[in-house]
Amino acid sequence: MSSPTESSPPSPAGAEVITYREAIRLALDDAMAADETVLLLGEDIAKAGGPFKTTVGLYEKYGAGRVFDTPIAENGFCGIALGMALTGLRPVTEIMFSDFLPTAFDAIAMELPRWRFMSGGQTSAPVTVRASGGGGGRFGAQTSSTGESWFLQFYGLKVAAAGSPQGAYGLLRAAIAHNNPVVVFDHKAMHLRKGPVVRGDDQLAEVGKAVVVRPGSDVTVVASLLMVHRSLEAAEELAEEGIDVEVIDVSWLRPLDMATVAESVARTGRLVIAEEQYHDGGWGSAIISRLATSGSALAAPPVAVSMPEVLISHSPPLEDAMIPSAARIADAVRSVRA
Amino acid sequence: MTAPAQGVLRSWLEQMILIRLAEDKVMEIYMQGLVPGTVHLCQGQEAASVGAIGALTADDWLLCTYRGHHHALARGMGLEAFFAEIMGRDSGACGGMGGSSYVIDASLGMIGSPAIIGAGIPVATGAGMTARLRGEDRIAMCFFGDGACNIGAFHEALNMAQLWRSQVVFCIENNQYGEYTPFRDSTALPPEAPIAHRATAYGMAHTVVDGQDAVAVHEVVAQARASAVAGDGPTLIEARTYRYRGHSRTDPGAYRPPGELDAWRQRDPIGILAERIGAAGEVEDIRERLQQEVDDAAARAATGPWPTLEQARGYVFAD
Repeated sequence: MSSPTESSPPSPAGAEVITYREAIRLALDDAMAADETVLLLGEDIAKAGGPFKTTVGLYEKYGAGRVFDTPIAENGFCGIALGMALTGLRPVTEIMFSDFLPTAFDAIAMELPRWRFMSGGQTSAPVTVRASGGGGGRFGAQTSSTGESWFLQFYGLKVAAAGSPQGAYGLLRAAIAHNNPVVVFDHKAMHLRKGPVVRGDDQLAEVGKAVVVRPGSDVTVVASLLMVHRSLEAAEELAEEGIDVEVIDVSWLRPLDMATVAESVARTGRLVIAEEQYHDGGWGSAIISRLATSGSALAAPPVAVSMPEVLISHSPPLEDAMIPSAARIADAVRSVRA
Repeated sequence: MTAPAQGVLRSWLEQMILIRLAEDKVMEIYMQGLVPGTVHLCQGQEAASVGAIGALTADDWLLCTYRGHHHALARGMGLEAFFAEIMGRDSGACGGMGGSSYVIDASLGMIGSPAIIGAGIPVATGAGMTARLRGEDRIAMCFFGDGACNIGAFHEALNMAQLWRSQVVFCIENNQYGEYTPFRDSTALPPEAPIAHRATAYGMAHTVVDGQDAVAVHEVVAQARASAVAGDGPTLIEARTYRYRGHSRTDPGAYRPPGELDAWRQRDPIGILAERIGAAGEVEDIRERLQQEVDDAAARAATGPWPTLEQARGYVFAD
């Protein structure tokens, strides 16, 4: 099933065209309406409606017992969420900028994924941790990371990244309904982008399933978050040159949907990774490693379009040079075709 | 608060003796090579757990720590499941996945026992919030050591617990040392002030209790429990106690000043409770009877099967 994006008209039946940010808000709203054990914890998310306006109206609708304004204490409130989850609730924490996730590293990396295991399966921890990351806002070195691959070594966590408004809705609904801890990333620069979204309790994304957002036959591009959008832009440009690009929104970084990627690469023989992160240690390098170790034959060496190894700056020319552009992705596709 | 009946006190005495014997047994089987890794023993701290847990109901939740053997046994865990867990066997309380530092039984309300210092304090606060949001006559009892009172999770959790009136009771088992360091060398406090004094910064109720006296501990925990359930917020209790052994198996406790251990042994929690209920003359008989149970359970545990990799995989994710 192809997930709709703003560049894949026509809209599916029942879709409303809304912003990515509104898709997040509606996912929270619908999840809270569907299950009274779902509750929200985060900074400024109740009375103020959220720093990124992802919770507007939810405090008024569900009340102080379901939507909590927390102190600026991420490790503390993620640990509190774990305690709530162990005792029958289904909390969602909002971390605001992804760059604040490391302040909660113990709770997210060391407690959430290991708690059930250490108990020999006696307990479970259905906690969703949400964070908004990514560059382009001129926010500088400590508020511009996507953070998407930071937790890949903490087995026991599942990790999702939303590449479209439908993804923002479906992945978050799936994470909240899931019986294990999930970290869900979204991208700040996509918050105001619009696309068709089908809502409903039957619109939960499948855990661990990537989405082919543009079918193609010549080159496979696997992307996450904003890079999905930029890969689609690159694909349009390349189509005019006669290059037919398949774009996959990776959607889940843990577990990786290698079946979808391998099937695509088996057809195209060519792979480009588009990622707003450093390549080493990320999901993009994991895909290349898994293809290599499974003996997948490529017609050309894969190329990763990633962030250069320097730190991000608020200075516009520097930030623009760091975040992969549609032009860089297009160049990479041309290079694997050469 | 109603004082515990004589029969209850008698059962506490037996529990404390059982914990002492079980901990000595853990030491013995460790030396025999039957325990992988290390162990953190609690001899000397029996009254704090038995008195506190004696004030709880069956519905209450417990958060323990890596020095948590006394909590598990005081809550009623069976000896064989206890020893088998410490030995890493499939027949252990956590299928051999937790080990010495993580011996819990969720069916007894024990919902966690992290090895990371202070990590359980927010978790207990969250459990206490569940009780509060549901309006239940239930609390989360959170045990931790003096060393945990300097980590951010302690302060973050206390702040939110008080703000939101979480139904949680915090009990610092102040055994005088955070790992190898006396607590006053690592904990900034006004002169002579207890660690529990830190609750005042959050407007939280607090109290200091003789952690060697199970009856005294019971009384303050029962009061704190009632306050929490009434919506009056948490209490930070500091139970002054002592760890007879070093921090972990490899620590002989050489940093302790001469005479300190002996002075604390004069105030042994088992002796204090036995005196109080007029059972000092029976302690030896109880010991002999329970020693047999402990020996038998440890011997059975040592024959338990090892867990398989397939079982370990099955424990990571819920369906």
